[in-house]
Amino acid sequence: MTGRVLDLGPVLADRRTKIVVTCGSGGVGKTTTAAAMALWAADAGRKVAVLTIDPAKRLAQALGLEELDNDPRRVDIDVAHQDGQLWAMMLDTRRTFDEMVAAHSTPERAAAILANPFYKVISTSFSGTQEYMAMEKLSTLAATGQFDLIVVDTPPSRSALDFLDAPQRLSSFMDGRMIKMLATPSRGVMKIVGAGFALFSKAVTTVLGGQMLQDAAQFVQLFEDMFGGFRERAQATYELLRAAGTKFVVVSICEAESLREASYFADRLRAEHMPLAGLILNRTHPPLADLSLGTTEAATKKLQAKSAVTAGVLTIHSERLAARAAELHMRARFDRVHTDLPVVEVPALPSDAHDLPALREIARRLTGT
Amino acid sequence: MTTTDRRTAGTAAEPSSWTAGCRRARLHVITGKGGTGKTTVAAALALALASNGRRVLLIEVEERQGIARLFDVPPLPYEERKVAIATGGGEVRALAVDVEAALLEYFAMFYNLGFAGRSLKKMGAVEFATTLAPGLRDVLLTGKAKETVTRRGSDNKPVYDEVVMDAPPTGRVVTFLNVTGAMSDLAKRGPIHSQAEGVVRLLHSPDTIVHLVTLLEDMPVTETLEAIAHLRETGLQVGNIIINAATEPLLAPAALKAAAKGQLDRSKLAAGLRDGGIEPDEELLAGLATQAEEHSVRVLDEADCRAQLAATGLPLLTLPRLVDGGDLGGVYELADRLAEQGVR
Repeated sequence: MTGRVLDLGPVLADRRTKIVVTCGSGGVGKTTTAAAMALWAADAGRKVAVLTIDPAKRLAQALGLEELDNDPRRVDIDVAHQDGQLWAMMLDTRRTFDEMVAAHSTPERAAAILANPFYKVISTSFSGTQEYMAMEKLSTLAATGQFDLIVVDTPPSRSALDFLDAPQRLSSFMDGRMIKMLATPSRGVMKIVGAGFALFSKAVTTVLGGQMLQDAAQFVQLFEDMFGGFRERAQATYELLRAAGTKFVVVSICEAESLREASYFADRLRAEHMPLAGLILNRTHPPLADLSLGTTEAATKKLQAKSAVTAGVLTIHSERLAARAAELHMRARFDRVHTDLPVVEVPALPSDAHDLPALREIARRLTGT
Repeated sequence: MTTTDRRTAGTAAEPSSWTAGCRRARLHVITGKGGTGKTTVAAALALALASNGRRVLLIEVEERQGIARLFDVPPLPYEERKVAIATGGGEVRALAVDVEAALLEYFAMFYNLGFAGRSLKKMGAVEFATTLAPGLRDVLLTGKAKETVTRRGSDNKPVYDEVVMDAPPTGRVVTFLNVTGAMSDLAKRGPIHSQAEGVVRLLHSPDTIVHLVTLLEDMPVTETLEAIAHLRETGLQVGNIIINAATEPLLAPAALKAAAKGQLDRSKLAAGLRDGGIEPDEELLAGLATQAEEHSVRVLDEADCRAQLAATGLPLLTLPRLVDGGDLGGVYELADRLAEQGVR
């Protein structure tokens, strides 16, 4: 562990830090970490909004997020600093998409798009839509200038950084080439793929039905005008993510699969020149007692019959040492690849964090303050 | 409390957990929240079922190549490959279903598309079709599973004794398995539609059973309970809840309770340590007591979670937290633990 230490306190307190994005695979405590960082910054006197994706029920309650309303609400708590404020919201993907359509269109056209059956597919189940909308919402919030700091959670992407790719994927899907070819397969298309395409088109029509293709074609026509606007906006969001005031943190637990994902995230962020602050290694188990494995095991053996409680306490210690050894092994493998990436370890809490004191405890472990 | 009394819950044989319904089923669908170890458990179940010389197919449907990583083999192509030999000489084969390939397979079968299919794939035509109708994707994936379950060899016996499917996570599994719903995306006639009808029959028959993998933590338990309710409403047979990475209690119930409250008797602990040849100072005592407290809080929280799961009336299988989990050795170890609990 010769690597650099990620010191999050100064990052979160710095007035120049406007956006913090947490990313990582599912189930590593990303949402909780985002909430803890936001609370810490509010306690430090900043006006903070935390944008969550799918918080655990009790955490959502702690943040006053009983309902999805797609706008940040002030969390009704006392923060340590009189100027500090904590706001929170839970992303509503569909509504964010609706709002984006409305912002780039006339009311009549927007109404026609929202009514198209195909819009439902795109706005809810197109892969990457949730990631896209998280970034869209971030962009909107940042533009209001209402907050000193926005901490944003990202969906547990299947592939690393879907949120960077989703706008591009959506627009290449929607540029309509395929849809136009399928809707009117006779024009020019034959030259490209020959008779196979006609067969394919027939097959697709048989499988999906003609109505769906018509809906899709109409949808693309309605959408066409907006694309320029969407692309510009996606480009602006991309620039925002690369701006000096943005910091990315990758969250991982100390297990092979999760660290592999973290590795992808780190590499990809660097390749895109995104400002990566470092890695949060969540839920680690550093031993709290200084007693070697050999001594512990020898004593445990002696005590098995005599004092079951002491033997149990010592076995807990042995298991912790073993867990720690495995963690250090994992971490060493990661560090070898990412030698200069700052890392902070956050020792595990015994219980799930779902109230403000627990969030503050995590923040304390995160920042070392 | 019931669970902490059962100190050996993770290891003791609970033969009743693997019910007649489980033994009767031939398609085992494994779901769970992301991060619960769904793929590892699916692989362990396949290995456990493959003991005694049986042949089991492990199917992956999310194009993540999780099985290949787990068994430490190169990425799986769209064909069935042997990945492991089980104790007793059985065999696990694996298949990573590729939606594009599956769709082209259908088209080739019904429309004689031949090699034109490949150029269509390059153009993104298949991705386009499955995006347009997400239900089509699910129909294709479950359709492929059905084909492997019902396939017969030249001796007219099923090629696979059992098929284990590493299915999408709890949040999506009901949509995935509810092929009837997906069919509304499709034209009302045609080969895929009639194929889908056959899939519906299989999934709603005693041949299919869904198991849920969970950790003993709030979020996964909540999602598991929601998924169970949803699966039952949809008329899908639910088998076991498979608890993964459970903490084995290392203190007796009374000591656990005390330790969780931070009330472990330190003078007794100090005396005990001296008996064991360790001269404790305050710092050591405090550290050990805090570790014991954290362990105990964790165990008691897990007991609460377990009670919520038990209330579903479903049989529970329990797997321990492995220090070096996630590798092939771990899969074999978990398979043994499943076998000990009656999985066969």
